[in-house]
Amino acid sequence: MISKLPVTIKETKEGLMKKKFSAVNLVDEYLARIEKNKGLNAFISVSSEDAYKKAKLIDSSLQDLPLLGVTVAHKDLFLTKGVRTTAGSKILESYVPVYSATVVARMEKAGAIMIGKTNCDAWAHGASGENSDFGPTLNPNNKDYVPGGSSSGSAASVSAGLTLIATGTDTGGSVRQPASFCGVVGLKPTYGAVSRYGIIAMASSLDCPGVFGNCVTDVETVFNVIKGQDGYDATVTNHQLPITNHKLRIGIPKEYFAEGLDREVEKSVIEASQILKKKGVELVDVSLPNTKHAVEVYYIIQPAEVSSNLGRYEGIRYGEDRALFGDEAKRRIMLGTYVLSAGYYDTYYLKAQKVRSLIIQDFNEAFSKVDAIIAPVYPTAAFKLGEKSADPLKMYLADILTAPANLAGIPGLAVPNGKNKQGLPLGFQLIGPRFSEPVLFELGKLYERF
Amino acid sequence: MAKLTKTDVLHIAELAKLDLTEDEVKKFVPQLSTIVDYIGNLSKIDTSKVDATSQTTGLVDVFREDRVVSDGSLSQDEALSGTEETYNGYFKVGAILTERTDK
Repeated sequence: MISKLPVTIKETKEGLMKKKFSAVNLVDEYLARIEKNKGLNAFISVSSEDAYKKAKLIDSSLQDLPLLGVTVAHKDLFLTKGVRTTAGSKILESYVPVYSATVVARMEKAGAIMIGKTNCDAWAHGASGENSDFGPTLNPNNKDYVPGGSSSGSAASVSAGLTLIATGTDTGGSVRQPASFCGVVGLKPTYGAVSRYGIIAMASSLDCPGVFGNCVTDVETVFNVIKGQDGYDATVTNHQLPITNHKLRIGIPKEYFAEGLDREVEKSVIEASQILKKKGVELVDVSLPNTKHAVEVYYIIQPAEVSSNLGRYEGIRYGEDRALFGDEAKRRIMLGTYVLSAGYYDTYYLKAQKVRSLIIQDFNEAFSKVDAIIAPVYPTAAFKLGEKSADPLKMYLADILTAPANLAGIPGLAVPNGKNKQGLPLGFQLIGPRFSEPVLFELGKLYERF
Repeated sequence: MAKLTKTDVLHIAELAKLDLTEDEVKKFVPQLSTIVDYIGNLSKIDTSKVDATSQTTGLVDVFREDRVVSDGSLSQDEALSGTEETYNGYFKVGAILTERTDK
């Protein structure tokens, strides 16, 4: 076995090139860890056969590839050719895709080793992992607590060292929030930076494929592999904002620090902003007045798009009967159907689209003054299993800090910063204008060097 | 503001092709009612000066050459592979027409 497992993409590649270990050694080690940590319920499928096949291929011919030997766990929303993909739902319990998502294919081509498919809230509907039809994932930092969601298994698997990298999707916060709950780095890219081809759709104007890693550099490396046009997603462009030479300015949005924000969460974010200030970043107060409407807007637009996307599961071409949808899926399908139905479309859906424009205007106004915004990711740190699952609306309300970025199509980077009194991770997010990932990465790395 | 009734929920379920049990209807009516009431708060906002945003890319009319890209196509077998309910290269579905009785 390997004496010291590499903890970054760079270490992994260097170790392989210098023959410190083989790719097969790496797979042995990760599979052993996954087995040992079965109780976390982070994985729905473990692809040991494919992982060894890829590892042997890598060992037989070491190439200078950006993700050489890097283990990746894909959220079970990502289609993986020949490997079962369930979306965390009983409806697709036996579904085996005949093609792979662009994100999966690109990482594969870049030398990554797929280790398995991670657990998630069914259809990505959730913020705790408790809506999975395969049981909830547990938070590796404290097993009485949720790892967050909907990319619960992905965040937990990176946090517990079961994989080096994991993928997720962020439609209303589902990469940033579990990253924050589990104490790992999580990126929600710009809407239109990464192709959604081959990813089971939740809300098509909001879904963003995202990345989990142990450090900002690793997340940046993976982002650069998966981003860009692929000819299959018409919303993707190859755009990227350059980093400017001027002193970076970060906005502190007052509406994100309102009543209800946990004291320790707030302290962690302010502390991070002070660290960045010491590194020469200027802090500026900004205001995003329409933040208070974000949850209403999100819970009209998202369910509407969900109701349309989940219409394809008729149980005829693939999957089981619609009766097997869980409660949360049924709720969202019905909510969406209602707000799109005759007589209600204008009052709800059209109105929400207009308020969405106001939220976007807020961000545009703020970004004329700052390069990025720093904010908490969630009003609290991880909560206990079962604590919030009885009241759907209560769970929805807490999306207020993450959903606005999805509505505006802008990127967000969640970075861990310390732990609370219960030993649960705390952190912050950096939000920037469309295609400002380079700025977010620069700020994240600046913070990490502290 | 809005309060959903059992009739509303049954109508929505019909539109969404969801066969709800009595228990499910009982459970969902109050839950959906609460949520619909909450999202109705948007009516108070002045949106007279903005247009609706349906997507954030700003892109319009993204086209490609009209030619077959074999890489991006599934074979008939692949397309049918998701179910065992197939016949002669078709998906089997429930009948919607019955045999004529007047001939």
